[in-house]
Amino acid sequence: MSAAINSPVEPTTPVGKAADYLDQRTKIGVLTKQLVRKVFPDHWSFMLGEIALFSFVVLIFSGFFLTMFFEPSMELTEYHGEHPAQLHGQLMSVAFASTVEMSWDVRGGLLMRQMHHWSALVFVASMVVHMMRVFFTGAFRKPRELNWLVGTALLILGLAAGFTGYSLPDDVLSGNGLRITDGVVKSIPVVGSYMSYFIFGGEFPGEHIIPRLFTLHILVVPALILALIGVHLFLMVLNKHTQYPGGGRTDKNVVGVPAVPVFATKMVGNFFIVFGVLALMGGTMAINNVWNYGPYDPSLVSAGAQPDWYMLFLEGSLRLMPGQGTEWVIFGYTLSLNVLIPAVVIPGLLFTFLFVYPFLEAKVTGDHREHHVLDRPRNRPVRTGLGVAFLTAFIILAVAGSNDLIATHFVMSLNLITWVLRVLFFVGPVFAFWVTKRICLGLQRKDRELVLHGHETGRIVRFANGEYIEVHRPVDEQERWIRVSYDAHRPLEIAPATDARGVRRKGYRSDRRWQRISRFFYEDRVEPVTPAELAAAHAHGEHDEIEAQRGTPELVSGSASGEREH
Amino acid sequence: MSENVNPTPSRDLTAAGDGTHGAVAQSDRFSDPGVPHHQPRLTDRDPKAAKRAERTVTLLFGLSILGTIGTLVAYFLVRPDGTTEGVRLSTVLLGTAMAVSLLGIGIAAVHWAKTLMSDRDYIEERHESRSSDEVRAVAAAGFKDGYEDSGLARRGVLKGAVFSALGLVALPIAVPLVSSVGGDWNVGKFRHTMWKPGMRLAYDPTGRPIKAADLTVGSVAHVIPDVPAEERETHEWITEKAKAVVLLVRLNPEDLRADQSPEGETWSYDGIVAYSKICTHVGCPVALYEQQTHHLLCPCHQSTFDMADGAKVVFGPANRPLPQLPITVDDEGYLVAQSDFLEPVGPSYWERLK
Repeated sequence: MSAAINSPVEPTTPVGKAADYLDQRTKIGVLTKQLVRKVFPDHWSFMLGEIALFSFVVLIFSGFFLTMFFEPSMELTEYHGEHPAQLHGQLMSVAFASTVEMSWDVRGGLLMRQMHHWSALVFVASMVVHMMRVFFTGAFRKPRELNWLVGTALLILGLAAGFTGYSLPDDVLSGNGLRITDGVVKSIPVVGSYMSYFIFGGEFPGEHIIPRLFTLHILVVPALILALIGVHLFLMVLNKHTQYPGGGRTDKNVVGVPAVPVFATKMVGNFFIVFGVLALMGGTMAINNVWNYGPYDPSLVSAGAQPDWYMLFLEGSLRLMPGQGTEWVIFGYTLSLNVLIPAVVIPGLLFTFLFVYPFLEAKVTGDHREHHVLDRPRNRPVRTGLGVAFLTAFIILAVAGSNDLIATHFVMSLNLITWVLRVLFFVGPVFAFWVTKRICLGLQRKDRELVLHGHETGRIVRFANGEYIEVHRPVDEQERWIRVSYDAHRPLEIAPATDARGVRRKGYRSDRRWQRISRFFYEDRVEPVTPAELAAAHAHGEHDEIEAQRGTPELVSGSASGEREH
Repeated sequence: MSENVNPTPSRDLTAAGDGTHGAVAQSDRFSDPGVPHHQPRLTDRDPKAAKRAERTVTLLFGLSILGTIGTLVAYFLVRPDGTTEGVRLSTVLLGTAMAVSLLGIGIAAVHWAKTLMSDRDYIEERHESRSSDEVRAVAAAGFKDGYEDSGLARRGVLKGAVFSALGLVALPIAVPLVSSVGGDWNVGKFRHTMWKPGMRLAYDPTGRPIKAADLTVGSVAHVIPDVPAEERETHEWITEKAKAVVLLVRLNPEDLRADQSPEGETWSYDGIVAYSKICTHVGCPVALYEQQTHHLLCPCHQSTFDMADGAKVVFGPANRPLPQLPITVDDEGYLVAQSDFLEPVGPSYWERLK
């Protein structure tokens, strides 16, 4: 054994020495080896989650600044600052006074407050849009169902962070928000009153709520968010990122740019851009000027008040619910469905949909495979339709949360708007589902047509016999691959109700039910073009395209047998 | 990982959609054309373009430095004098300069990555997410051995004791926590407000008592109980006020179709009616009064109450009328409460009628 082989390479550069020092103690070389040139697929829509992450980082930076000046106390004090003049000498909580002081007397304080608030709005918005990307492309499928759950939990925590932070300045607006929360909590059967006491330490508003919300806002919720972000990113690296369909992209590989330098540089760039845009927003766009609302006073309220955008759907839900006949008294106990349904049941249903959808879809698809190539939304018409229906319900509720502003801005009857939205809440999602599904099927047919007959060129040619045709340019193989590489899933096939000896099979009824749901998902489908069909289309003759267009096999409608018609 | 320098259309790559389900045979499918050929960018082909891109990136980093200096200058030189203009100027300058310093780096980095760094696609193999059967077997055997080594399987009583102790150990923290945070847990307080027989009605927020004669027909007053000024500077007051606030309206007695007075009692006085200002929906202060229609609107969720008709709900999510405060006048002509509200004010809750 020669000494040369055994002796470790002596590092000579400072960086090399530092790396050697670290590696001798941590074996970090193994991790670095795996990560440094790790391949990340590149697409603009993969940045949406990054935006959420980076706005959270900005939230931590700016939030840290704010904690240096904010005092979470409900102790009453007289405001001694000279500015703003309307507050001088007014009685208010220390929390409110310190919020005003950090805005007016601390240099950069207002900037940080506004950046913090804008970051919170962008944080939730980017999570929602990121989630839409994941949903519509089917990135929640195996093996990423767990990460979808983590993401949904992060969304809920994001709402919690926003709500607890929004309430801290103890101004009129947020105080009324807390009061609404109290009313909602009280509507919960059996334990509602006690939960209200639990939250406020007695009757609303009491003197504990601000310090309690502060601890939740700066410790408990962000710690949970950070932990879950860790899990979220860990699973993302572990599962490797999904990729859009395209040449050479399969479920067995990942095609993209290496982590160092390209991906890392773009990511760092994205961080600074997000940070910069939020700084610009904080510097130039006023938000939540609490001194205009004044300190909390339980008898005051401002008209046209809106919660932050992500709470609008709850507010709208409360506004839409008709009050008549919806408060029931059962054995002397009061069940206020007029609050319980819109504020607890509706959001419960919305989030339940998000939590169970990946599992529901896997079940009705009979799908146990791993998926790493994303779906084009058109290729999953029912999923895309359901997603759009969900968003429609969410948006209608959010619009309902601004029904008073719509009424005043457009000089319309508030009652009429409310009634229209009540109807739309039920009709809108169904209509949106139907339209979206049709659009998806239409796009799939368009894909077929393009693959079979190529792109229109706008060039008209006349033949010697007087016939005119438009010249079509065939799609290249890369484009064709994107348009044909998908599965048109079929409804589940189930075993018959009775076995060979005529004995009823256990579990048949449940199978039937699942089959029915599966039919809802996959009854209408457009099959991808096969090489045989393309050959047939070409065999019709180069100048025969126009006839061929009419007779293409298209929408397949039917149950499990699914023999394609020609 | 292999660099895909010269990708050839590969025929044996499994199609993305191939699988057990769907029963479409492989031959029915087009074959994967493979990763497209790398298209050189302008900066790859033209050294001048690459040089230009490099200059742009350098310039952007330079801009960021200027932005950073600008931020510091704005911080030290523009001291807000406390006026609205001063605070605004300082905030706008700080925010804009900071944005330049951050966006400079951000845009420079992205431009650099997009124009000057290699944009070749690399291909990395994926491995199945599950661990192999052998690994699973070893892991499971490890657990089994560990469980046997612990002896728990043989010692049933010990097992029960361990799990009971661990199950209960959260209680010493949870019980005091949960039990203390609710204060005295006396939810019966929802039932009462501080109104007492003979207590004067006073204007909110001045605290000046209201004389019936001061109110003209059509006028509306926001009302609090008449208590000494120092009492109104405490927490207890804010919590009491949150239940006790009243909205008082003087209607033309002919317009007053009904109020909530039971048979043989008069809860209003000469067209003056006083109702709880706390919405019976979720508790916002109901504050928008429309004189023409006698409607009172809650600005939070638009529940609308008819003040001329016993504060009945005419629209919106509220279910119950606002509770009425029985009032009359005392010897000096001041409005006083006949009693507390006769039902709990504010939103409904489970034990409301118990």
